[in-house]
This record gives sequence, C-alpha cells and structure tokens, in this order.
Amino acid sequence: MATLADFRFEKATWCPGCGDFSVLAALQQVCVRMGLEPEDVCCVSGIGCSGKISQHFGSYGFHTLHGRSLPTAQGIKMANQDLTVIAAGGDGDGYGIGMGHFIHACRRNVDITYIVMDNHIYGLTTGQASPTSKKGFKTKTSPTGVAEEPVKPLELAIVAGASFVAQAFSGELKQMQRIIEEGMKHKGFSLINVFSPCVTFNRVNTYEWFKENIVNLDEEEGYDKHNKAKALQRIGETDSVCTGILYQEDRPAFHEAVLGATDRGTVKLPLEIPQAEMQSLMDQFRR
Amino acid sequence: MKYEVTYMTNEFTWKVGGAQGEGIDSTGEILATVLTRMGYYIFAYRHFMSLVKGGHTNYKIRASTLDPIYYHGDDLDMLVAFDQLSIQENEDELIEGGIIIHDAKFQATTKRAGLKVCSVPLSDMAKELGNAIIKNMVAAGASAYVLDIDPSNFYEQIEQQFGKKGVELVELNKTAFNKGYDYIKDHYGDVRRPAPQATKPATGSLLMSGNEAIGLGAVLNGCRILAAYPITPATEILYWVLANLPKYGGKVLQAEDEIAACIMAIGANYAGVRSMTSTSGPGLSLMMEALGMAGISETPLVIVDVQRGGPSTGLPTKTEQSDISGALYGSHGETPRIVITPTTIPDCFYQIGRAFNLAEEYQLPVIVCSDLLLGMNKMAFRDLDLSTVDIARKGFVDQEQLDALEKGAFKRYSLDTESGVSPRSIPGMKNGRYCALTNEHEETGLEIEDVPMRKAQMEKRFRKFDELQKHVNDWGYDYTGVEAPDVLIVGMGSTVAQIQEATRHFDGISYGHLQFRCLAPFPTDVKKYFEAAKKVYVIDNNYTGQLAGIISREIGYHAKLNPVLKYDGNPFTIRDIVTAVKG
Repeated sequence: MATLADFRFEKATWCPGCGDFSVLAALQQVCVRMGLEPEDVCCVSGIGCSGKISQHFGSYGFHTLHGRSLPTAQGIKMANQDLTVIAAGGDGDGYGIGMGHFIHACRRNVDITYIVMDNHIYGLTTGQASPTSKKGFKTKTSPTGVAEEPVKPLELAIVAGASFVAQAFSGELKQMQRIIEEGMKHKGFSLINVFSPCVTFNRVNTYEWFKENIVNLDEEEGYDKHNKAKALQRIGETDSVCTGILYQEDRPAFHEAVLGATDRGTVKLPLEIPQAEMQSLMDQFRR
Repeated sequence: MKYEVTYMTNEFTWKVGGAQGEGIDSTGEILATVLTRMGYYIFAYRHFMSLVKGGHTNYKIRASTLDPIYYHGDDLDMLVAFDQLSIQENEDELIEGGIIIHDAKFQATTKRAGLKVCSVPLSDMAKELGNAIIKNMVAAGASAYVLDIDPSNFYEQIEQQFGKKGVELVELNKTAFNKGYDYIKDHYGDVRRPAPQATKPATGSLLMSGNEAIGLGAVLNGCRILAAYPITPATEILYWVLANLPKYGGKVLQAEDEIAACIMAIGANYAGVRSMTSTSGPGLSLMMEALGMAGISETPLVIVDVQRGGPSTGLPTKTEQSDISGALYGSHGETPRIVITPTTIPDCFYQIGRAFNLAEEYQLPVIVCSDLLLGMNKMAFRDLDLSTVDIARKGFVDQEQLDALEKGAFKRYSLDTESGVSPRSIPGMKNGRYCALTNEHEETGLEIEDVPMRKAQMEKRFRKFDELQKHVNDWGYDYTGVEAPDVLIVGMGSTVAQIQEATRHFDGISYGHLQFRCLAPFPTDVKKYFEAAKKVYVIDNNYTGQLAGIISREIGYHAKLNPVLKYDGNPFTIRDIVTAVKG
C-alpha cells in the first residue's frame, strides 16, 4: 500500500503561498486514499509554473511542451488504458496554446483527468495576460487592461462534450480533494479547473478575492449536475466564479468506443503476428 | 538535344485520361489488375489534381515481361482519351506512330502527325447499356483488342470484382467489355500494339503502393498505434492501417491536427507501444516542436513523411523531394534524428521495419521520407521477404534491474553509457519512476541548468550517432558501377529508378551510381566515390539542391557537385538525367 511519501519527489520550487502547492498535495492525498501505486499513475504536464507538477509528483511523469499535455496524455492512455492518467497545466497552457487539443479531448472522452491550475495570468514568464484574465485586467501585456473577453473553460468543456466538469479552489483543500477523487474515478474525460492564485503577479484574483466571490454549487440546494442546460445557466449566472462538480454524464470512454477496443492495455498485447497471418495480410495485395 | 530513349521490346505503355470523377482510376485499376494477374511487372502512375470533379487526371501503366520496374516511363504507346484536354495534355508523350483511342462524343484534334487515332463511342455504348459509368469497361475492351490481350483475362477480373454483386452486373460488364473490343476490331482492325507475352507466375504477383507497403510494414513490425491527420499523399497509410490494425488490438486515431498526432505518438511510445504518425510536408512542419520533444526526452518516434510539392500548400498532388532539409535540420535546438529515404515501393516495406527498430533501440525520432511517386503509385512484383520482419525490442530496463535498485534511484538519463542510450522503463514498472522531460535534465530527470550536466547530456544524446554511424554504411546507400568512375550520379530515395534506367543510355561513359537510403546519420563511406569521380551529378527533385547541400556539408567536394534540379511537380524523366549528363 503506497503512502504519501511514495507520491512525493523532490521539493516543489513554486513561490511560497502559490496555489499549486495545494493542488499537488490534494493529488497526492487522493492517490493514497484511492489505494493507487505510483507506478500505475502517470502525470503529464505542460509548460508554465503549474507544469512543474509532474516533476514533483512521485508517479511516472512527462513534462511536455507548452500546450501539449493533452495529446501526450491521450497517447499514453491509448497505449495503456490500465494506467491512471492525469494531465495538468495552467490556463495559458491549456486555454491559450492548447485550446485546440482541449476541445477535442473533451469530445473524444479519453479517460483522463485534466487539472488546470488557473491563476488568470502567465506566472513563469513574469506576468502577462492569460486567456482567463478578466476584461480590464492590467498586466505587462495589457497596460490599459485586457481588451478581450475571458475564455470560459467550464462552459466550453460542457458544450464540447466533456463528461465530467468541475471547478475547485486551492483555498478549499477538502472540497478540492473530493472533486479530484471524483474526477479520477469518473470514466471519461474530466476537466477540473482549479482557481490557484498566483501570489506574485496577480494582485486582483487573490485568495481573499476568490473566498469573497465563489459560489459553492456543491452545496446549493436543488443543483443537478446531470442537467446540462441548468449547469450552463448557473455557471453563467456566477460568471464562472463557482466551485463544485458542475456537470457529469455517463458515456463510454474512448478506449471502450474505439475500433479495436481491447479489455487490457495495448502495451500488454503480443506484437508478433504468426507467419501464416503475415502471409495473408500480404496476400491482400496478391492478384 | 533530345535523346531517344529506346525501350526494350518486352515493354509497353498505356494511359487513360479524362476529367476527375469520371472513372479514370477505375479504368486504370482494371487494366493494372489484369496485367498483374497475367504476370506482367507493372508500374502504375496516377496524375491527378487537388479537386474532386473536373480538371484533368490520368492513369498510366508501364508493363514489362522481364524485370520489376519502378518508374512509369518517359514515353507512351497508347492513350485512351475521354476528352480533348486529355489529348492536349498527353500527346507529346506519345511515341511516333502512337495510338489514341478517344470517345466519339467529341471531335479529337492533335498537333502530332502520324498518330493512329481511333474514334470509339465509349459514352454512347455505355449509355445504351443504361450505365454511364461503365464506359471504363468499354474502354478496357477497346484497349484489350489493341494490345491483343485475350478477353478471358478480363472476364476473370470482372467475375472477381463484381461476382458478389450478382450475375447481372457481371454480365453487364462483360457486355460492355465486348462492345469496346468488337467496335475497335470492326472499325480499326489493323490498329494493334500487341503486348509481349508475360509468364504467369504460379503464385500471382503483388500489386501495391508505397503507402500500402508502409502500412503493411508498420503493422507487421509491431506498430500498434497510429495517430494521424488526413493529408494527400499520405492518407492511404491511415486507411490501410485502420482496416488491418484493430484486429490485433492496435488503435488508429484521427487527430485534430498534426501537432496532436505526432505528440500522441510520442506519448504512446513513452508508454511502451510502438507508435507512429504519417503525414506530408505541411504536417511535418507542424511536427517540428515534437521532434525536439522526442529528442530531448529520448522517446522513440516514427514519422512517415510522404513528400509532395511545397512550400506551404504548394502542389498537394504532385511529387517533390523538398522536405529533406526540414527533416534533417528542422526544429529549434539540436537533437539527433535518423532520416531514411526508401528507394522503391518494396523498400518502403523494409525501411519502415528498420525505422521501428532504430527508433526504439536509439530512443530518438526516425523520419521516413518517401514521396508521392512512391506513396500513391503502384507496382506489381512477385513477393516481399517476410523473413526480414524482426521486432527487436531494445533500449528497455528489466524489472529485475529496477528491483535491485534503491527506491527512487532509477537513472533514466544515466550518463554511464557508451552508446549514448540509457535503458528506459515504462509506466507500470515498479521502481522505474521518472519524469520524461523536455527541459534539460540530470540523470534522474530533474530539470537543471548546470553547465557540466548540460554538456554531458547533450553529448550523450549525440553519442548515439557514433554507433549508428558504424552500421549506416551497410544499408544507408546503394552503389553500382565502376569503383573509380569518371562520372558519378547521385540520388536519394525514389530517383533510383530513373537514374538506373538513364545509365543504360550512357554509351560507354565510365559511371557510378550512388543512391542514398539514409541521410542522417550520413553514410560517410561514400566519400571514396566522390574522391575518385571527375564529375558528380546530384539528382535533386527540388529547387535548392538539398541533397547536394547535405553532401557538401557532410563530406565536401563542393566544386565537383553539379546539381540537376527539378521542381515542376513531376518526377524526373530518364531523358532529364541523360540530357544532364551527356549535355
């Protein structure tokens, strides 16, 4: 039985107070709680402060390119569906450069858990506007305030076909753990957007700001996470500043639906094709 | 000066042309299949445009009774024209006294004198049979008479092709065939170009394109995941693998773009499955960052690039060898990669197998650069040597080795390696944990920026080339001709066919023919041929002389190299090469 120590690897290098520490801690605790072994988990991250999570997490990992955590993670899951695959990254990584992959991962419903540490800013490159920066937010690249509307990842994910969509907050560890656990248990693509404040470059969307503004839909009476239209409506009404498991549906994951689906990981299947069958594959071309 | 290329009497060439969408391919396929079954060695070449209906398309077959042929030939014996444009586009290719069979629905004109022009109501006869599409069978019948091919060969094909769909369709096709055959016999009975007799092999022959050869080779050599984005001229790889891989538990994924396709293949390889992506130039451009990712994370990767005319969208349905520099040097930073240029359609099969073994053994990207000429065209040949299939899985650490280590002590990027290869674990292996990193890293995979470690890791990755260098000389090129030639003709990949045929017209010139099959690492043993030759012609199906550039960069001899370039979208002709060499 693995312990927390098994899921730790080297000390994280984030700024003291960074929201990403809590995400890492929650992930580690959930893995232990679920009885997972570190060799059966794979954490795939993109580039940015949050991308360093795969180096500090004690499972197998792949610290990929900017925006490319999802294709890498999907390739890994296709190769070995028996692994628990977590993709992780930031808002710039996932909703800027990685947006194309994000939409398609949602509709493909590959059974991976995608955790986005959303701080509304580019941290590692020292403070530029991100796709989720609020309109009017002043940064080095938006000195008079961001002109564009922010990306709305929760609504996008639901509309694009993600089968589990949730939002958590680094300042609410218990809820975040529960959401991550539910997301990892969910069969299919799970988006967990986590408000993970940047204490160095974002002086607006701080822990305090989130605490004051977040609406916890998990605790809202009558909220039905299986009702797509209602979910979209409530998320919109909170201007996406809400937490909870916001939408969930049960449908086959990609590894079950794909042509040639197997009941165990592709990596575990024999590669050699018997001589007679090789011959018959070639003989398709015989005239 | 125009050199006459005289073919041997054991050959003939045939072409059908028309608008896209009117059954040109199916007409060509019928004849190609019949000729293959009769034992001819053929090369079938498709000329087409990037549109679905209209324009001009044609299908040419060159058939030989003696040896396998790898090129469709410079000249044409007979043309079946469904429209006037087909005559305009192809009349120059016809030999003196060549034959045109054209649809009587239009008034045929040709600027060429001395051609035998036969007007046959192909469309009308098809309409009489109540099926406009069946004019392809009428055209096949007319062609069969001129070529003096016994109709029974076509009947056999018709029964095979349409048998499952019912007797009526079989009979309809036979009637259409006979109508074409009888019409030309009755009206142009003396217009004949009798095909030389072929020997029918007991086991039949294979009729295969380079794309199909790559698909087959990939599946037999253990590829179990293909992630790709549709693109001409590479899409048939996706089709064939999709039709055949799932029954072995393999998966095919149509990705949202080539960036995703390539990176999915990296992810799958990282997790231990032999995986590849197939694309053409525009896709290869999008994969450049992934090349660096596979390189520095030392993850195996196989990319098949079926080259087409560039740059940008360029000439999507035409051939070129212009991605070579990109394949060798593309991507930011520096990372070793292997670049293989298969020479023939069967060679596509053999080289894709090699690519999978090398990618895994050396933990780096292998780019197999074929081109449209190889990829989309078909040749008939007797067999592939399946005994060459050898899934040699190397570069992995054993579970026992990991068990013997202290907890968490696995050094994925160990510097203690002469070959530069550090054995890798795959997810699922106990105590084999590591984080594959696109940042520079130390031996366990942690991000670093310290100077000695950076240097050591860089040198380790490039050390892989030292060992590869030792054997690339064994398979990375072919050489024929005298040891110390006056004239050395050099090509890469698919130009082997035209160069080889061109040398038959060199009339006593002391020549050598060097054909590259691998450009990275560069097979340096070839230096001796450059040293000896007085003059070197480098056949480059591109504008900037990319192969010549690689040669001078790797071994010099800049002053001796005479680039022979072609960048009009067409493959080299034999005449192009003979003219360049003989002046």
